Amino acid sequence: MDPESSQNIGHAREAPVLEPGHTLATVTDKISSIVLGRGTTKGWIIGFGISFALLMLLNVAVTYLLVKGVGIWGIRIPIAWGFAIVNFVWWIGIGHAGTLISAILLLLHQKWRTSINRFAEAMTIFAVACAGMFPLLHMGRPWMFYYLMPYPNPMWMWPQFRSPLVWDVFAVSTYATVSLLFWFVGMIPDLATLRDRAKNRAAQVIYGFLAMGWRGSAVHWSRYETASLLLAGLATPLVVSVHTVVSFDFSVAIVPGWHSTIFPPYFVAGAIYSGFAMVITLAIPIRKFYHLEDLVTMRHLDNMAKVMLATGVIVAYGYMMETFMAFYSGNQFDRYMIMNRMTGPYAWVYWLLIACNIVIPQVLWSRKVRNNIPMLFIVALVVNVGMWLERFVIVVVSLHRDYIPSAWGTYIPTRWDWATYVGTIGLFLTLFYLFIRFLPMISIVEMRSLVEETNEESRNK
Amino acid sequence: MAQIFHHSTNVLSRLSIYGGVFIVALLGAALYAIELSPWYTDVHVSREQPVPFSHKHHAGELGIDCRYCHTSVEKSSFAGVPPTQTCMTCHSQIWTNSAMLEPVRASYRDDKSISWTRVNALPDFVYFDHSIHVSKGIGCTTCHGQIAEMPLTYRAGTLYMSWCLDCHRQPEKYVRPKSQVFNPNYQVPANQEQLGRELVKEYKIQSLQNCSVCHR
Amino acid sequence: MSSNPNTPERKSIDLAAASANLAHRDGKRFWQSLEELSETKEYREFLEHEFPHDTAKDPEGIDRRDVLKLAAASAALAGLSACTKLPTEKIVPYVKPPEEIIPGRPLFYATSMQLAGVATGLLVESNMGRPTKIEGNPEHPGSLGGTDVFAQASVLTLYDPDRSQTVIHEGRISDWDPFAVAMTNMRGQQSPKGPGLRILTETVTSPSLAAHVRAVLKQFPEAKWHQYEPCGRDNVREGAKLAFGKPVNPVYKFDKADVIVSLDADFLTCGAGHVRYTRDFSSRRALDTPSANPNRLYVVESMPSSTGAMADHRKPARASEIGGFAQRLAAEVGVASANGGGTNSQNISADWTRAVAKDLQQHRGSSLVIAGEEQPPYVHALAHAMNAALGNVGKTVYYTDPLETNPIDGMESLRDLANDMKAGKVDALLILGGNPVYDAPVDFDFGPALLNVKLRIHSGLYYDETGELCHWHVPATHYLESWGDARAYDGTIGIIQPLIAPLYQGCHSPYEILGLLGNDAGKSNHDGVRDYWAGQRPEKDKAFEDLWERSLHDGVMTGTALPAINVAARTDFAKPPNTQSAGSNTAAASDLEISFRPDPSILDGRFANNGWLQETPKPNTRLTWDNAAMVSPATAQHLNITTGDYVTLQLNGHETKAGVMIVPGHADSSVTLHLGYGRRRAGKVGTGTGFNANFIRNSTTPWAATGLHIEKTGEEYYFAVTQHQYIIDRQGQTFEEESAAAFHRDLIQVATLEEFRANPRFAQDPQEEPTPGLSLYPGFKYDGYAWGMSIDLNKCVGCNACVVACQSENNIAVVGKKQVMLGRAMHWIRVDTYFRGGLENPEMYYEPMPCMQCENAPCEVVCPVGATTHSPEGLNEMTYNRCVGTRYCSNNCPYKVRRFNFFLFSDWQTPSLYGLRNPNVTVRSRGVMEKCTYCVQRINAAKIHSEEANQTIKDGEIVTACQGACPADAIVFGNINDPNSRVSKLKAQSRNYRLLAELNTKPRTSYLARVRNPNPEIHE
Repeated sequence: MDPESSQNIGHAREAPVLEPGHTLATVTDKISSIVLGRGTTKGWIIGFGISFALLMLLNVAVTYLLVKGVGIWGIRIPIAWGFAIVNFVWWIGIGHAGTLISAILLLLHQKWRTSINRFAEAMTIFAVACAGMFPLLHMGRPWMFYYLMPYPNPMWMWPQFRSPLVWDVFAVSTYATVSLLFWFVGMIPDLATLRDRAKNRAAQVIYGFLAMGWRGSAVHWSRYETASLLLAGLATPLVVSVHTVVSFDFSVAIVPGWHSTIFPPYFVAGAIYSGFAMVITLAIPIRKFYHLEDLVTMRHLDNMAKVMLATGVIVAYGYMMETFMAFYSGNQFDRYMIMNRMTGPYAWVYWLLIACNIVIPQVLWSRKVRNNIPMLFIVALVVNVGMWLERFVIVVVSLHRDYIPSAWGTYIPTRWDWATYVGTIGLFLTLFYLFIRFLPMISIVEMRSLVEETNEESRNK
Repeated sequence: MAQIFHHSTNVLSRLSIYGGVFIVALLGAALYAIELSPWYTDVHVSREQPVPFSHKHHAGELGIDCRYCHTSVEKSSFAGVPPTQTCMTCHSQIWTNSAMLEPVRASYRDDKSISWTRVNALPDFVYFDHSIHVSKGIGCTTCHGQIAEMPLTYRAGTLYMSWCLDCHRQPEKYVRPKSQVFNPNYQVPANQEQLGRELVKEYKIQSLQNCSVCHR
Repeated sequence: MSSNPNTPERKSIDLAAASANLAHRDGKRFWQSLEELSETKEYREFLEHEFPHDTAKDPEGIDRRDVLKLAAASAALAGLSACTKLPTEKIVPYVKPPEEIIPGRPLFYATSMQLAGVATGLLVESNMGRPTKIEGNPEHPGSLGGTDVFAQASVLTLYDPDRSQTVIHEGRISDWDPFAVAMTNMRGQQSPKGPGLRILTETVTSPSLAAHVRAVLKQFPEAKWHQYEPCGRDNVREGAKLAFGKPVNPVYKFDKADVIVSLDADFLTCGAGHVRYTRDFSSRRALDTPSANPNRLYVVESMPSSTGAMADHRKPARASEIGGFAQRLAAEVGVASANGGGTNSQNISADWTRAVAKDLQQHRGSSLVIAGEEQPPYVHALAHAMNAALGNVGKTVYYTDPLETNPIDGMESLRDLANDMKAGKVDALLILGGNPVYDAPVDFDFGPALLNVKLRIHSGLYYDETGELCHWHVPATHYLESWGDARAYDGTIGIIQPLIAPLYQGCHSPYEILGLLGNDAGKSNHDGVRDYWAGQRPEKDKAFEDLWERSLHDGVMTGTALPAINVAARTDFAKPPNTQSAGSNTAAASDLEISFRPDPSILDGRFANNGWLQETPKPNTRLTWDNAAMVSPATAQHLNITTGDYVTLQLNGHETKAGVMIVPGHADSSVTLHLGYGRRRAGKVGTGTGFNANFIRNSTTPWAATGLHIEKTGEEYYFAVTQHQYIIDRQGQTFEEESAAAFHRDLIQVATLEEFRANPRFAQDPQEEPTPGLSLYPGFKYDGYAWGMSIDLNKCVGCNACVVACQSENNIAVVGKKQVMLGRAMHWIRVDTYFRGGLENPEMYYEPMPCMQCENAPCEVVCPVGATTHSPEGLNEMTYNRCVGTRYCSNNCPYKVRRFNFFLFSDWQTPSLYGLRNPNVTVRSRGVMEKCTYCVQRINAAKIHSEEANQTIKDGEIVTACQGACPADAIVFGNINDPNSRVSKLKAQSRNYRLLAELNTKPRTSYLARVRNPNPEIHE
C-alpha cells in the first residue's frame, strides 16, 4: 500500500472521510432512503433499461453459441483462445479491488474504506459472476464442464491435476464463495435496519428473511465481528492467490510471451490496478446522482487514485522486465515475440496499451488531477481499457505467431465476440443497478461508527 | 410494531441451514444410485427377442460350443451373430414345425435377416476386441455371466469403464486356463489369486490401461 | 456404430432414401439448364451471383436442425447428459454368410484406376463389403505400392451423394429398359453403314473396351470413334510422330538417370507413370552415406511445380520460351538440326545452357531430357533427339508401341466431331465419359453444336454440363463398381475388378451400353471383360482360369508390359510446325502469355466435386478451393495488379474472370490458369468454385497462348490458403518474414552436397540439445515398443498423397472454403512449404508435419481432463470422448499440429457417406480436439494379431496411412527400440534432426535434412 494515505488519516489538510455535521440518524436516513424512501428514479430506469438490453444481447449470443459451437467466434488455430479468455482475466482482475478494500484495508484499519467497501464488494461479486461465465462458454462442449471437477464416477477418471485450468476451477469457485459470504454477512445488520424501517409488508418480509433474525443483541454483534474478521482473514490471501493462479494459465505454458516467471506478481498488481479503476468509474457517478458527496468524499477518490498510481507503476515495471528478459535471455523466440508485439500486425494494440496503462495515468502524480473529478473519471476509464488491452496482447498477440511460421495466423473478432463481451458488461451493470436500488450500497453500520470520530475532529478544529 | 415472522420461523431457518448440506449430499447419492441401477445399466434385464432364443437350452443343456454360432470370436473384434443358415443346420431337421421357430424359417425362406435386439452394447467410441481377450484366457462367462443359465439373454455386467478397468488392472482376478475359455460352466477355483498370477505370467498378459487401447 | 461396423441394414435403407431425394432434385434441373446452354456473359454473372465466392458449405447458417441441437444442448447443460441411456441397437446377421468375409476384419482387393487412360495399380481395403481406403499395389509397375492424391480421394467420389443415380431422359427420371429400347430403335433408324453415328470416349488404353467399340464400328462401318482428353498426351504422341515418324510411348527410368533436364515437365505430379516416376526419382535421393551419389535435376518451367521444387537448378521461363531453350540446349548437346535456332529467354544465360549441356554430356547414357505434356510436339521431338544424341535410349529411356489402342490426336478428333455436328452430319452421338460441353476448347462451341445432334446420349458419373444437354443420361459406374482393364505407363495390363456392386441401380458401365449397339446386348460387364481375354490369351479353359484368378489377385496380368521397340530419332524434323512455339520465338517479352495447366488437385475438373481434393492445399501456392490467375511478383507490379484483385482475362475475343495470385518463382510476363474450375454443374461441393479457364482456351493454342489482356474489375477476391497468409492478406507483411523465420529457427536444414560431404552432421546443433533431466516430471520408460517416424526431406516431393491418405484413413472432415480462410482446416498432416532466396526464383522446401508425438509433450500436462495422455509406447493419445474442448493443448503445442472441431464439421447427415468411413476410427463431433495418432488403430490391430500369434511385431508390419501412400518412400514408421528397424537406422543417419529440439519436447518424429546437388560450374 501507498504509505502516505495511511499516515494522513484524519490529518487536517486532508479532506475528511465523512463530512462533519452528520448524526447517526442523518447517515442512516440518507442511505436507507435510497432504498426505501423515494421510489425508482427516472435515471435509474433508463440506466437499468439499457443494461438489461445488453443482458438480453448476451442471452442471444450465448444461445447461438450453444447451438453452433465456439466457431462463431474469431478463434482459430493457432489463436485458440480469444476474447473469452481475455474477458475472463479482465473481469476477475476487476473483482480484486473489492476484496482488497473490504478485507486487507479492514485488517489495516483504514477508516476511509468504510463508505466504499460495500459496493466495491458488490462489484467484486458481479465481476466474478461475469468472469465465471467465460471459462464455461469457451469450452467446445460446455455441457461436459463437470469433467473438470473431482467427483466419484463409473469411469474411474479424475481431472488432470497438473493442469492450471483445474487449479482455476478451485481458485475461482472459492473466491466467488468467500466474497459472497463476506458481502452478505457484512450486510446483515443493514438488512435488519431496512427491515425495521420498511413500510410495506413485502419489503419487511424479504429484508426480514435476509436479515436472518438480527436483533442487534450483544451476542449478535460479537458473532458478527468475529465472522467478518474471520472472513476478512480468509479473503486476504485470495486477493493474492486467485490472480496468481490465473496467471499460471499462461506462465505454465511454453508459448513465448506466456512462459514468464514475473506473471504472478504483475497479474495481481494489474488486477488491483484495474479494480480500483473500476471502483472509481462506479463511485463517481453514483456519488453524484445520489448526492453522497459527503459520505464518499474527495478523500476516498484521492486515496484510490493513489492506489491506482502505485499499482500502475508496478505493472509498468512488469512490462519493462518482460521486454528486458526477452533480450537478456537471448532466447530467439522471446525476442521475436517482443519485436512482433512492438512492430508486428498488432503493434497498435501494444502501443495503445502502453499509453493507457503507463503514460496517461502518470498525471495522477498531481494532486490537482486527483481532485479534479472529471479528469479522474477519464483516467479511470482509460485504465479500464488499457487493462483489457493488456490481456488481449498477452493472449492473442502471443499466440498468433509462435514457434512454427507455417502455422502463423491472424485473429479477427467476430460480431459474436463483441456481443458476448458487451453482453457481460450488460450483466454486470444490470446486477449493479438492482443492487443500488434494493440494497444499502454503503454500510450504514460502519458509517455510524464514523460519525462520532468525525464530529470529534470537527470539534478539535 | 408487530412481529413480521411467526417465531416458528426460527426453527425453520435453522433446519434449512443444516438441511441444505444434507440435501446436496443426498442428491449426489441419488444420482449415483440411479447410475448403478438396473434401470439404467440394463444389468439382469432380459430383452424381448423376435425368437425367444435360450442360451440355457443350447449352451447349457445341449452343450453346444459357443464358437458353433459365434464363429468369429477367435478371429475378429466381433464375436459374430449366427446367420439364419446356422440355425437351420439343426432346425431343418428338428422342431421343423414349431410355431416358435417360424420367424427363423421365414427368414431362411424369404432371405430376410432376423433383427435381434442387442444385449451387450458399447458406445461408438469404445473399440473392444473379442479375439484378443479369448486368446489371453478371458472366458466368455467372465463378461457375459452364467450364459448357460439364461433362458433369455441379459447383460451381466454394467460395461462401465470402471468395470473394464477392474480386470485390466488386476487380470489375475479373472483369467482362466485357455482350455476353459469356452466352458460355460467353469467354476472359479479357490486358488484363483495364485493360479491367476501364474497364468498372467504364462500368457504374457499386459495390464493395458492407456486410453488408446480402447478409444481412438 | 463404429463399435460395431457390422450392421448391413443401415446402408441399404439409407441409400434408398438418398436416391429418392436425389432423383427428386434431378427432375427440377433440366429446365433451368435450357437458358444455360450457351455460356453467355449474363449467365456467368448470374452464376457468380448464385454461387458467391465462398460457395463451400458454411456451418454458420442456422436451420431447423440447429433448433433441435439447441434443445439438446440446453438439456445437456441442465446436467442431464450424465443420465442419458444408450439407445437400443439391433443386430442384423446374414441369412447365408458370404464366404471369406469375417465380420470386423478388412479384406484387400487389387484393382486399377486410370487417369487419361494410364493405370495405377491399387489395393483397396474393404470393410464388410464397403471399400473404405485405397493403398498402392506393390505388384503393379505403375505404383510399386505408392499412390497419388487422385487415387486416395477416388473412394470419396464413389460415395459422393451428388453422383447421378438414375437413368435420365430429357430431365425426367427413367430406367435402363426404356433406354435399351431407345437404343435398339436407334440402331434400326441408322442408315445401314451408320455414317451419322458417332462415339466419343476419353483416351482408351483398355483392349477390351476398344474391342467393344470396334464391334459397334463393325456393325456401322462408317460410324466414327472420337477420343478427347482435355489434359491428354496429344503432344507426346505428335512429338513422337515428329521424331520417329510414328506415335510411340516413351518410358523413362529415373532411377538410372544421374542428370535430368525437365523442359516444363511436372513428371512428379501428373501425367503417365508419375507415381512410379516419383518412386524411381526419389530412390536416387536417398543419402544413406555422404559418399552416396544423388541425381541432379534441372527444371525450366513457367509455373512453380513440385518438380521445380525438387530441382537443383530451376529457371522460370514462359511456356513459349522453352522451345527456344530446348533448341539451344539441343544444339549444345549436338543435335545437328537444332543449330542456329532458338531465341534467348531473358533469364536463361548462354553460359547456363552451356553448363547444363556439359553436365549432360558428361553423363552420356545416364542422363535424361524430358519434355512436358503441355509443351508443343517440336519440344518433345527435340527431347527425343537429345536423348538419342546423349546415348540415353535403352538406358534411361526406351520406347514402346503406344498405350492407346487407337492413338489419335484428340484435339483434332474433337474438332472433326464439332464440325460434323455443326454441319448436321451427326444424328446420334454416344458420349462415354468425359464432359466436353465443359472442357472442349471455346472455339468449338461444343455446347451449341451438340444441340444439332438428333439423339444425344451421355454416360458419366455426374449429371453434368454435358449430361444435361443430352436426351439420355446413363449414370456410369465408378471404377470401384465395375470390371475393366487398363494399361500402366509401361503397357502392363491391370485388371479392374469391382469392390462393390453399383451403389445405384441406374449405374451401367460403357461395356453394357456398347453391348446394346453391338450384337451382345444384355451381356454383363464382367463377361464383357473376361470373355475378351479368354479370346485373346493363348491359355485355355483351366489354364486361363488360373491366369484370370492370378491376374485378379495380383492386379496385373504378368508379362503384358509392352516390349521396347527399336526406333531411330530423326534429327531433320521440320522446324516449329506449330504456330504456338513459332509465335513464341518471335513473341516480344512484353506481350502477355497465358498458359493452362491441369490442376494439381482436381486435374481437368473430373474431381471438382471431391471435397478432399478441393481442400488439399496445392503445392507451393497452398491454395485451396480455387484456381487463380497466377503471376510473378514482377509482372504483378508491371501490370499494377496484386493478390486478390478480381480481373478479366481477355484472349482473342473470349474472356473469363479470375482472382489474381502472386506466385514467387513464376515466369515473368506470363499468367498460369489451372483447368478444372468454374464448373457449373459439378455438384454441391464443386459448383461455382474457381474460374473456368476453358472460356478462353483455344484449340490451336490449348496450353499456352500470347496476347492475353488483363483488366481489373475493381472487385476483390478472397482466396483460402493454408499458409503464406502474408502474401494473401494485405497487412504489408511479405511471405519472406515467414520463411526467414523458418530457416532462422532451423526448421528446415539444408546443405549442398559438398557441404554435406565436408560436414555430414551439419543438421545437428549440439547446443540445441537440452541437458537431460530438465523436465519437472519424471521421464517415461519405454521397455516395449517405442513408435517413431522419420521423414526424408530430400525425398518428399510435396505431392500431398499423405494428406489425403490420412484424411481417408482417419475420417477427417472437410470444412469448406470459408473455414479454411479462418484457419480451421482439419488435416492431421500438412505439407509446410518454405521459400529461400529472392521472389523471382526462390528455392522451395517441403516439410510434412504430422504430430511429433513428443516424449515430453507440452499438450499433455495442460489438459484439465486428461483427454490427451501418454501411452507406454510413446504415443500422445487423444481421447475424443473425454475432451471438453478447452483448446489449451493446441495453444501449448509448439508444432501446432492439433486440429479443433469448431463446428460440427463431420457430416452426420449424408447417408451415403456412412459407407465411406473407417469403422476403426471415431467420427469426431463438435467441440473436441483431434490430431495425428500415428494411425493407432493400425498399431492396435497389428499388436492384437502378433499377441495372438505370440510373436512380436515385425519391422514394416505396421504402415501408417501417410507412409503407405507416399510415392516417394519419404516417410518411414517403426519401433525405435529395435536398433535394426528401418526407422532406427534412418534416425541414426547423420542428416537426422528434430524440430525445436531446444524446447526439450523430444519429438518422436524426426527429419532427414535436405541436400542440394548443384552444378559446381553454375554460380548464381
